[in-house]
Amino acid sequence: MEILPILSALRRNKVGALLIGLQIALTLAIVCNCLSVIEQYRERMARPSGMDESNILSVNNTWVGQPEDLKSRTQADIAALRSMPGVLDAEATSGFPLGGSAFVLGISVKPDQKQPTASTAEYLVDEHGLAVYGVKLVAGRWFSAGEVKDLRMGDDESAPSVVLTRNLARTLFPAGDALGQVVYINESPPIRVVGIVERAQSPWASFTQSGTSPENSIFLPHQFIGGYASYLVRTRPGDLASVLAAVRDRLYAVTRRRIITSVTPYPEIRARAYQSQRSLSILLGGLCALLLTVTACGIVGLVLYWVAQRRRQIGMRRALGARRVDIVRYFQLENLLIAGTGAVLGIAIGLAGNTWLATTLILSRMSVGYIVVGAIIVLALSQVAVLWPALRAAAIPPAAAIRDL
Amino acid sequence: MLGYYLELAIRSLRRNVALTALMVTVVAFGIGASMTVLTTLRAMAVDPIPDKSAQLFVPQIDAWGPPTRPGATTAGYKLQDQISYRDAMALMKAHRAVRQSAMYGVALDVVGPDGVPFAVGGRAAYADFFRMFEVPFRQGGPWTASDDQGAANVAVLSAKLANRLFPHDDPVGKTISLSDHDYRVVGVLDAWNPVPRYYDLTQGQRNGGLADAEDVFVPFSVAIVRQMQISGTIMCNARLGAGWEGQLASECIWLQFWAELPSAAAARDYKAFLYNYAAQQRQLGRFHWPPWVELRDVHQWMALEISVPDTLRVSSAVAFGFLFVCLTNAAGLMLARFSGRAGELGVRRAMGASRWDVGLQCLVETAVVGLPGGLLGVGLTIAGLASQRALHMVPGSTAAVSRATSLDGSMILITVGLAVCATVCSALYPVWRASRVQPAWQLKTQ
Repeated sequence: MEILPILSALRRNKVGALLIGLQIALTLAIVCNCLSVIEQYRERMARPSGMDESNILSVNNTWVGQPEDLKSRTQADIAALRSMPGVLDAEATSGFPLGGSAFVLGISVKPDQKQPTASTAEYLVDEHGLAVYGVKLVAGRWFSAGEVKDLRMGDDESAPSVVLTRNLARTLFPAGDALGQVVYINESPPIRVVGIVERAQSPWASFTQSGTSPENSIFLPHQFIGGYASYLVRTRPGDLASVLAAVRDRLYAVTRRRIITSVTPYPEIRARAYQSQRSLSILLGGLCALLLTVTACGIVGLVLYWVAQRRRQIGMRRALGARRVDIVRYFQLENLLIAGTGAVLGIAIGLAGNTWLATTLILSRMSVGYIVVGAIIVLALSQVAVLWPALRAAAIPPAAAIRDL
Repeated sequence: MLGYYLELAIRSLRRNVALTALMVTVVAFGIGASMTVLTTLRAMAVDPIPDKSAQLFVPQIDAWGPPTRPGATTAGYKLQDQISYRDAMALMKAHRAVRQSAMYGVALDVVGPDGVPFAVGGRAAYADFFRMFEVPFRQGGPWTASDDQGAANVAVLSAKLANRLFPHDDPVGKTISLSDHDYRVVGVLDAWNPVPRYYDLTQGQRNGGLADAEDVFVPFSVAIVRQMQISGTIMCNARLGAGWEGQLASECIWLQFWAELPSAAAARDYKAFLYNYAAQQRQLGRFHWPPWVELRDVHQWMALEISVPDTLRVSSAVAFGFLFVCLTNAAGLMLARFSGRAGELGVRRAMGASRWDVGLQCLVETAVVGLPGGLLGVGLTIAGLASQRALHMVPGSTAAVSRATSLDGSMILITVGLAVCATVCSALYPVWRASRVQPAWQLKTQ
């Protein structure tokens, strides 16, 4: 019943209404996209790495000069680390989940395949690997000491046996019979799958979407011997802090002719891996809050002026019998019309923007839920914003209609 | 007349402090958000060597050819952004540019005065490196061409490293031990840290080139003899041969190469030389594809190699969307303000002011809102940049990032200018409407 007078009033205030509608549209487009990014990042950050995260620390070490006896040095360090009180196990690694760097290679199920079946991260481990990483073996066995051989830069990576993650095993052998099968790495001789672990994320998993390859990892029985060494140490539950405090001195006791570039507890490694995503989430969340505030302020300001402008008409309506609640409802309905139209436009802009956003950040498309939630937030906000000016309008006395004449 | 308008504007704005404050704040937030990202984006595109950026070139040679794997598409087929040792040596030997240098980043260690070894980032280059890139020296100078040829154990230190190793005396002529080998210090640099670090963007690619310059420089020939490991990126199209010799003989790309060519003619000649070189390699049976070479100057190279981090691109888009909302908002408030003052403007029109006069008066009023909006925007930009640093939004070395994300004088002027311009632009329609006020009608309703 009130729609027609509202529409004819809006026709006289086209530009003002357009400006509010445009603000609502852009605000909605930005807010629902940001919500979608923040939520997807939150889900991504919640994925477990597969390691015993709360009891692991990593040590990065380089040697002074270019020593020849890398193997014996590494062995001495590992022995020293394993002897520390509170340490469950330790080993030299080529990389670990969320660690950022590791070797990547193509893995195939047939010897003469032109395109590898999957690309995977490669972790070089010895017989202690299972205990050090704290990954969960779900089938088969881990490597024995006899299988482990030394690997230097440029050496052939081929090995007699390999342990896969369950995810990769499913990708390579969809029938579910991975254990005991053979795989090939870069035209290598056949490598037998001897074990399957539940989960081990790749070093760059924080950048990878769920459902693609963040859990494509393999373990090969190699002792990596290179100019730099990265040690992974697993402590007994509760001993992380004490080991963290003592580990530098323990290694310096072996030799001072080294540079320990970093000693990092795993939770910090995880935080660092997801740093840019967490920062972006905070930034987008902050911008959204500001945006909503600005839009609300704009609505309040503009509607206050409309109220002042229509003072006489409002007084007239009141004098003709309209109740206060009718006046409030009038402004709320008017706002709903503008904001609703704006929201429809906003959904269109938001969807278009999401195409770009999803490809840029390698995310999945925004789901309908965020559009709905965003629209509800924006519409509710604009209703709240219009309430104060509307109440002021309702307070206009009927006498105003005559007084100004 | 403008002075009078200014007075009128201030008087009118003071009549409604709340609305004025709201407009100023809205403009300031929009400007603050967009200038924060603009400052960071600008840092990644700023010319790091303005007087020579058109004379320094990166030669690119297609040493890998189109993808040969069956099923592979040519979509990702592009020139490699580094070169192999073989090609670098051929270009150095030909010596066709005024100055030229092959180079790569190396990881070294040095023993501090307290006896504790620490890691330093180094660069292996030819003597031409320093003059080519106008590297300033505090003491001493570059090594000589004969040092390059003879693989002399000499080094140039950054000011930072020199101060750390020799806090009290002149380092030139002293001996330092780098990764267990002795080197004689021949020069110490003045403060020098180009942002972006254009001469080697390989490590900076993902962080927009915001890496630090190295702390120690050694002759390229020495690095090769000492088999200094690469601190950078090595990419291979085939399996790497065993050991250091294998790496040198391979087609793996891991070196940067720069040539100084003072004129367009010199650049043309050099490109022709590169083409002939690639053609000759084809004749020799090394390349099995038509020659493909390019020569990129500093600007082209940065445009090609520096990619703005995805997170920054997204926050830029959101920030500019935010600015747009803020300006729409300001436009709405301005519209309301002017239509509320139609009576006053009508009186002015009736008393003989032209439409232009009234329009100008309203424009001055909007500019008066834009100016404090811009000033507050400067403050918010500084706060925005600080929070960006605190959140590590811009990856890269701390020094380079804080330099990239600090507001200099010109950016402050741009901020205020942008605020005034944006406010005035957003007010164009409201001002136009105000100037079309019908004096007779307004007077009647009075």
